[in-house]
Amino acid sequence: MAMLHTVNKSPSERNTLDSCLNHAKSGSSVLLFEDGIYAVVKGSAAAGRLKEAAGVSVYALGPDLKARGIDEDQVIDGVTVVDYAGFVDLVTRHENVQSWL
Amino acid sequence: MSETIKKFLYVNRKAPYGSIYALESLEVVLIGAAFDQDVSLAFVDDGVFQIAKGQKTNEIGMKNFSPTYSALGDYEVTKIYVEKESLEERGLTPDNLLHLTYEDEDDDYAEKDSIRFVSRAELSEIMDQQDVILSF
Repeated sequence: MAMLHTVNKSPSERNTLDSCLNHAKSGSSVLLFEDGIYAVVKGSAAAGRLKEAAGVSVYALGPDLKARGIDEDQVIDGVTVVDYAGFVDLVTRHENVQSWL
Repeated sequence: MSETIKKFLYVNRKAPYGSIYALESLEVVLIGAAFDQDVSLAFVDDGVFQIAKGQKTNEIGMKNFSPTYSALGDYEVTKIYVEKESLEERGLTPDNLLHLTYEDEDDDYAEKDSIRFVSRAELSEIMDQQDVILSF
């Protein structure tokens, strides 16, 4: 069964997202939250790297997008925005969780 | 003792809610504004996210301190430098930022923009001209 990866650091301050994407296998999921959500902003350097991650489902936590003033229309295509209940669902739907800190 | 006015630059490089730096910087700027110095702010790297407009923090249980940036003009903090390259690398444009203004007392209190968009090279010149640089 598949892994859920979580990333909570800004892609432009740490290499956490890159390390996660380098290890995430096809079929796994990546949930971005806290400062991790900045990776989904259209036109950003990190969004380009996220799009190249083949076979990985990408999720972003809605409350963290809103807190940081990132509108849903600034989010790249292919990202599913979830709420806290959706975060819990993702955890239960995956066999294991790896938190990239 | 004669009063010397020094040039102070506060350099903000961190996103707003992932750490305490942004809020601490803002508090120090507001406290420092009482001392009649020549104060400027710079938003560089992830610091540009601090002044993103439309921040709504009710669902994350943290205080939204972004409205306070709009008060800087009243504290005579009227030079806010935003690095263009930092915005671009993060997929942001000037439209994504708060509209920060001040009233120019030397120009019949006309409302003017506080934010000045500068290149990396221009910002390094500005840094070079300071007496004191405080980093957050």
